[in-house]
Amino acid sequence: MRRFVRWTSLISLCTNPEGAFYASWALNISIDLRQRSNKGEIIVSHAENKSGTRRDFLYVATAATGAVAAGAAIWPLVNQMNPSADVLAVASVEVDVTDLEIGTQLTVKWRGKPVFIRRRTAREIAAGRAVKLADLVDPIDYVWEDPNHTQPKPALDENRTMDKEGEWLVMIGVCTHLGCVPIGNESGDFGGWFCPCHGSHYDTAGRIRKGPAPRNLDIPMAVWLNKTTIKLG
Amino acid sequence: MSGIPHDHYEPKTGFEKWLHERLPIVSLLYTTMTIPTPKNLNWMWIWGVVLAFTLVLQIITGVVLAMHYTPNAQMAFDSVEFIMRDVNAGWALRYLHANGASLFFLAVYMHIFRGLYYGSYKSPREVTWIVGMLIYFVMMATGFMGYVLPWGNMSFWGATVITGLFGAIPGIGDTLQTFLLGGPAVDNATLNRFFSLHYLLPFILAALVVVHIWAFHTTGNNNPTGVEVRRGSKAEVKKDTLPFWPYFVVKDLFALSAILTVFFVIVYFMPNYLGEPVNYTRANALSTPSEIIPEWYFLPFYAILRAFTSDVWVVQISSFLTGGIVDAKFFGVIAMFGSLVVVVLVPWLDTSSVRSGRYRPSFRWWFALLVLDFIVLMWAGSQPPAGMVPAISLIGATYWFGYFLVILPLLGVMEKPDPRPATIEEDFDAHYPPKDATASAAE
Amino acid sequence: MIKHTILAALVAFSFSTSVVVAEEHARVEDFQFSFEGPFGKFDPNQLQRGLQVYAEVCSACHGLNLVAFRNLGDPGSPQMAPDQIKAFAKMFDVADTSDGAEPGDIRSAIPADNFPSVTSAGAPDLSLMAKARAGFHGPMGSGLNQLFKGMGGPEYIASLLTGFTGEEKEQAGTTLYGNTAFPGGWLSMPPPLEDGAVDFRNGNKNDVRAMSQDVAAFLMWTAEPKMMIRKKTGFLVVAFMILLTTLLYLSNKKLWASVKRKD
Repeated sequence: MRRFVRWTSLISLCTNPEGAFYASWALNISIDLRQRSNKGEIIVSHAENKSGTRRDFLYVATAATGAVAAGAAIWPLVNQMNPSADVLAVASVEVDVTDLEIGTQLTVKWRGKPVFIRRRTAREIAAGRAVKLADLVDPIDYVWEDPNHTQPKPALDENRTMDKEGEWLVMIGVCTHLGCVPIGNESGDFGGWFCPCHGSHYDTAGRIRKGPAPRNLDIPMAVWLNKTTIKLG
Repeated sequence: MSGIPHDHYEPKTGFEKWLHERLPIVSLLYTTMTIPTPKNLNWMWIWGVVLAFTLVLQIITGVVLAMHYTPNAQMAFDSVEFIMRDVNAGWALRYLHANGASLFFLAVYMHIFRGLYYGSYKSPREVTWIVGMLIYFVMMATGFMGYVLPWGNMSFWGATVITGLFGAIPGIGDTLQTFLLGGPAVDNATLNRFFSLHYLLPFILAALVVVHIWAFHTTGNNNPTGVEVRRGSKAEVKKDTLPFWPYFVVKDLFALSAILTVFFVIVYFMPNYLGEPVNYTRANALSTPSEIIPEWYFLPFYAILRAFTSDVWVVQISSFLTGGIVDAKFFGVIAMFGSLVVVVLVPWLDTSSVRSGRYRPSFRWWFALLVLDFIVLMWAGSQPPAGMVPAISLIGATYWFGYFLVILPLLGVMEKPDPRPATIEEDFDAHYPPKDATASAAE
Repeated sequence: MIKHTILAALVAFSFSTSVVVAEEHARVEDFQFSFEGPFGKFDPNQLQRGLQVYAEVCSACHGLNLVAFRNLGDPGSPQMAPDQIKAFAKMFDVADTSDGAEPGDIRSAIPADNFPSVTSAGAPDLSLMAKARAGFHGPMGSGLNQLFKGMGGPEYIASLLTGFTGEEKEQAGTTLYGNTAFPGGWLSMPPPLEDGAVDFRNGNKNDVRAMSQDVAAFLMWTAEPKMMIRKKTGFLVVAFMILLTTLLYLSNKKLWASVKRKD
């Protein structure tokens, strides 16, 4: 008896679109029906005693199937909020850098943000490599190779560039202070980037050296697709 | 809540009592779900639950679609295609919503015709009936405005033609139509307000549904015999009824599940069957589709609208009598709205003292003819108005009015009804005979 | 003879309505396509051939602006490889709308772009054409035969492409071409295909009829790119609903058994 009532309430909970809403009354009524049957007012079939297990199994199966149906119906309603196919299609972009001269910079938009692609001069590379970790505000980078950004890596110039020679530097062009776009082309006190909003100075490897910004400029996911194409993302 | 004696919720634990004194919500839900329901309800009494489910389905899929849809004349069409192509499972959500409207109207027509046959509109259930008709009108408005949103060419011209109905009203028509459209023609302003209202009206609909349920829970359900539940005592009530939960909940869920199976076959294997191919062409103010056909659920009334052309004598007489104010166009509009008004007024047009059509021998035939008439009008509304179609529409429209305005009032006086069972229990026992007399007595 | 004439007149009179309807919707052949019916699937090879016909012939006048190149690699599509798609997209020019681009700037397309619209010839976009036309309308204009034959969009397209009669006429300064499938019988598009107009890589048949069917299948895909996943989901959903309905039926029967004295 008890079990029967409990399972039928589950049916309603699972097959009803407002299952959660009715859960409370289903529970309540099941309590009530139990009590009534205790008083001797028989509501549910007397045949139950004979075939209790079969009856139970049927109601369990129905409730379980209903629960799966409700669950399956909810998933697309949630999933539709995830990025759509057109958004995912531009999650990675390919940038042709054939025409980029040494000492110039290309700004491309990637996932709604500017990305600086700089081909550095020998002087910038030397300046970046001369800096000691002890002089940095933020000596540890959490790098893109690790999807959770938990893997620390010393913020050495060599670790921030795309190639061993250190000519290609790719960074997200968003100041880590409050999100302005820093000015490039050897700006600021350290010959790298300078954020005009609140005066953060970044060096030639995009590391924060002076000003309110807490972190070095972030490095996005970037790989060489071939000799002249960089793939972001 | 109900006039039928029934068990009440009694709070037991401390928390239940505490809540009950402040908000008797559990009591309300208890009374709603355990309401004594006539135990002889047949399979035509499942449509209400189907309608409630469909309303929830439409609201949920609609809210989700609105997250991706753009109500702008330049972008609406593309945003619907964006939903179909790029949004995760967007195609399924949109097909469910579009075909859900058809399910909604199918269920409401079954529900209405069930009420018409079993006399569910008769005293004391007139308010339930009128609220129900209001729900139907809000549904029609919502359905119509929803059809405009994809901004296909049928959307555009459907909106033009239907708002043109208001333009037919003498004197204020043009001003009213301009007001409704937000300009001299259907355009961005129209689309925007239709989107806003299409989003709003379902919630008004939901509120009306609560009132509808409240009303019939007050009077108690009608049933196939039309004989009222005995209300002398709880014991007497128990002989005629069963609690809604679990008996009718499980029954209704079974019916719902069966209907949804067919619905999903349509949604997943022929989702465009009920749609109009032209609506996959962008709205174009310079090019009218060769035929403007409303969705199937509006067709009977569309046929009535078109039936009254200027060569029909009723139209000519009314035009003559009103000095041309009621011309054919306005007459058609009046006829269309009138065909709905007569349904609203049916509690007072039907003079028979017998509620259920089951015990009215000639009524049954006239009613069958009305159902046939509805289907014929639906067909006529889908056809170009040429050949026999206008004549068929006119005959169909005439019968529609004749049924409500002439046949029902006269039939109540003239017809000799069949004998009816005295109680619901008697009817039920006739279908499911007790095993022996002692068992029956014990009950 | 006279009897025949009277009979013909009678028949013509009694069927005048249906004759009008038939004329309006003209003749649409019920082609067989691989994607028809609940079990039907798009044939990726046919879709690729259709794409080739579109690219080499139709795209001169007709756009396809709701379809993205990336879609050509989706499941249930022509299923081209990413490199193929990239190379194919490069052949099309699209408007450059990136920051700093001048209006009117052009760049070559990438997979994330849509096919360009083509407005120069005043021809309609083809993205949704296979759903925007219905080939079958009977009986008596009820459209009930679509239940068995399908809506007939791709059939209409293939019938149109194979339905040119070779007749021409001048009307209001434009040349119209006779066609048995087009409503009214005359359209302003000259016959676009001729036997061998396109050479298929793997030597598939390239007469007008074969190419028409290929491009019609391709346009069905552009109109309904999710058809395969839709049917697949449908089977799952319907099978599951049948199971749930059966269980609810049995539960309901058991629940009512004692009330109906059937236990």
